[in-house]
Amino acid sequence: MAVTEETKVDEAGALDQDERQAAGLIRGPWGLIKRGVGSLELDTRLFGMIVGLLIIWVGFHFWSGGTFLTPRNLWNLTVQTSVVAIMATGMVLIIVSRNIDLSVGSMLGFIGMAMALLQAEWLPQYFGFDQWYTWIVVLAAGVVLGAIVGFIQGAIVAYAAVPSFIVTLGGLLIWRGLAWVLASGRTIAPMDATFQLLGGGARGSVGGTISWIIGIVACVAIVLLLASRRRTRVRYEFHVRPLWADVALMILGCAVVLGAVWFLNRYYMPEGLAMAHAEANGIEWPEGGLDIPFGIANPVLIAIGTAIVMTFIATRRRFGRYVYSIGGNPEAAALGGIKTKRTIALTFMLMGILVALAAGVQIARLNSATSGLGTLQELYVIAAAVIGGTSLAGGIGTIFGAVLGALVMQSLQSGMVLVGIETALQDVVVGVVLILAVAVDVAYRRRHST
Amino acid sequence: MTPPMVEMKGMSVSFGGVHAVDDVTIDLLPGEIHALVGGNGAGKSTLIKTLSGAQRPDSGTILIDGEPVHIEGPIDAKRHGIETIYQTLALADNIDAPGNMFLGRELTTGLGNLDDSAMEAATRKLMARLNPSFQNFKSPVASLSGGQRQSVAIARAVHFNARILIMDEPTAALGPAETEQVRQLIRQLKQEGLGILLISHDIHDVFDLADRISVMYQGSLVGIVPKSEVTLDQVLAMIILGKKPDEVTESELQELHG
Repeated sequence: MAVTEETKVDEAGALDQDERQAAGLIRGPWGLIKRGVGSLELDTRLFGMIVGLLIIWVGFHFWSGGTFLTPRNLWNLTVQTSVVAIMATGMVLIIVSRNIDLSVGSMLGFIGMAMALLQAEWLPQYFGFDQWYTWIVVLAAGVVLGAIVGFIQGAIVAYAAVPSFIVTLGGLLIWRGLAWVLASGRTIAPMDATFQLLGGGARGSVGGTISWIIGIVACVAIVLLLASRRRTRVRYEFHVRPLWADVALMILGCAVVLGAVWFLNRYYMPEGLAMAHAEANGIEWPEGGLDIPFGIANPVLIAIGTAIVMTFIATRRRFGRYVYSIGGNPEAAALGGIKTKRTIALTFMLMGILVALAAGVQIARLNSATSGLGTLQELYVIAAAVIGGTSLAGGIGTIFGAVLGALVMQSLQSGMVLVGIETALQDVVVGVVLILAVAVDVAYRRRHST
Repeated sequence: MTPPMVEMKGMSVSFGGVHAVDDVTIDLLPGEIHALVGGNGAGKSTLIKTLSGAQRPDSGTILIDGEPVHIEGPIDAKRHGIETIYQTLALADNIDAPGNMFLGRELTTGLGNLDDSAMEAATRKLMARLNPSFQNFKSPVASLSGGQRQSVAIARAVHFNARILIMDEPTAALGPAETEQVRQLIRQLKQEGLGILLISHDIHDVFDLADRISVMYQGSLVGIVPKSEVTLDQVLAMIILGKKPDEVTESELQELHG
């Protein structure tokens, strides 16, 4: 009898605790926060990266005596990040499919040089300088060239089964050499006046008003996207987040976007530029001067647009699903009837197209092209993808993570410049961070896979 | 008389100089469970891979419903209603259960975008029938148990209305309860008129389920026997000695039991 009663008490006690926990009665302030954040169902790894980025920002802000988190510095940071970010979105798919592309830096040099020659020498011979269409022709030609170059490398990897490490290591030498051959080592400058707008600067930014419009459109898009996802899941009677969590995410997303626009819009043109701008737009110059914001720079918009398109391709299209399945289990993908070789060749072609875009931005920003253009960029691009959580074993990685990775690296570099660390040491720090980031990631995955 | 669902005639596959499958002829009738047994390296998996499209044969012809067909790859096999559950399961570990179930045959919206919700709904509906305890539809299948992974592989084969099902060691990775569940499912599918080619190491599985048993030995077919006409010992002798029951001598049998 006694035994039964004891058991009963135990059971009742256990039940009681479960019930109270389920009802959320037992919770300290930490428990409350944990439950609340849990309801948002965020990716903890991405969340950790964002926290890491914020720590870097705040740390450099204090270290540099308050010069890091300024509109001017962050505006420059966004522009400097864009070239690596554009290429990193493609590198994610390459690495996810268990390959690597070491040639992107040299390819950027080769394609950039070709695009520079096209607009500075070849086209003007026949059509004259600064035609309205020059930038379109040059960009289109660059994209086609990038697609061809990428596809050649991809086809050799996929159909001739030469390891991508070797093919693109060869490419690293070949495209760099050809970049030199194209112009016999000359520096090609200047770029077409309209083409230069791709690179940012005062004219190559969209201005304050359009920045706000873009921010509001993005905000509406976030709300609509979350709402439509919720509606679909309700229709199928799947599990949904609590309504407050979805609303909180909408507000959070909008706050981040609009906050970024507000902050960047506080970077104003220096007086001389502002005066020229006012005059060009027929604005009267008042006594105290004018605060004219640059607005978001074109290369940043290109990078954001690229990241959105690439995320869409990676997660919502068959092609993306196939790339991930090949990375997870190539044999399973083939048995599923997926054309694995074609898919691999296409990822390299896509990479080539993205390199061409990045090359366009780069030569526009520098307003010139040299045969050394893009040297060592492949390492930064790969590092961005890997810091962003892409696994070199394949199958795992996100576009958003890679863009964050690019931002982390650029933040480190520009922060170190601000606090006056010498160049050699900067490389040491970036190298250490790369290894640390991957070590943390590996440890995290080991803990969560069991 | 209706022709067999599948006839594989004179199938041969060799790797280098090794005859993995040597002139093997077998068939499969509607509503039949045809077990394929043999030791390691007997060529069972290679033989069925020529039917599932994973391996091109060097020679031999395949007839489906009496018509000769060319199976060049997995898609051809699937087009003929042949679904396969591989011994390795052939799952992409980094992708969730619905993604694996529809791998290579994704459902899309009108614009060609992946319709993840529709795929998840279909997976949930099928799993409610096959394995009601399966609840993990959003995690990569790497995080699932052996039995759950097996459920995903089976669900994939069943979902697309296969007429011919190839199962390579379907219970090898499972516990007793799950094994019984899979046996039950195999019987049910047989009732529905599917033809099932079953490869198994588990001789009890084979005697429990099969209508006919084919024994392979070092790449060749030893013989095809109706289950009702043989004993477990005789089949074991075929597997180990590579000879038909009437060819086995007393002394060889003695040696086997000794």
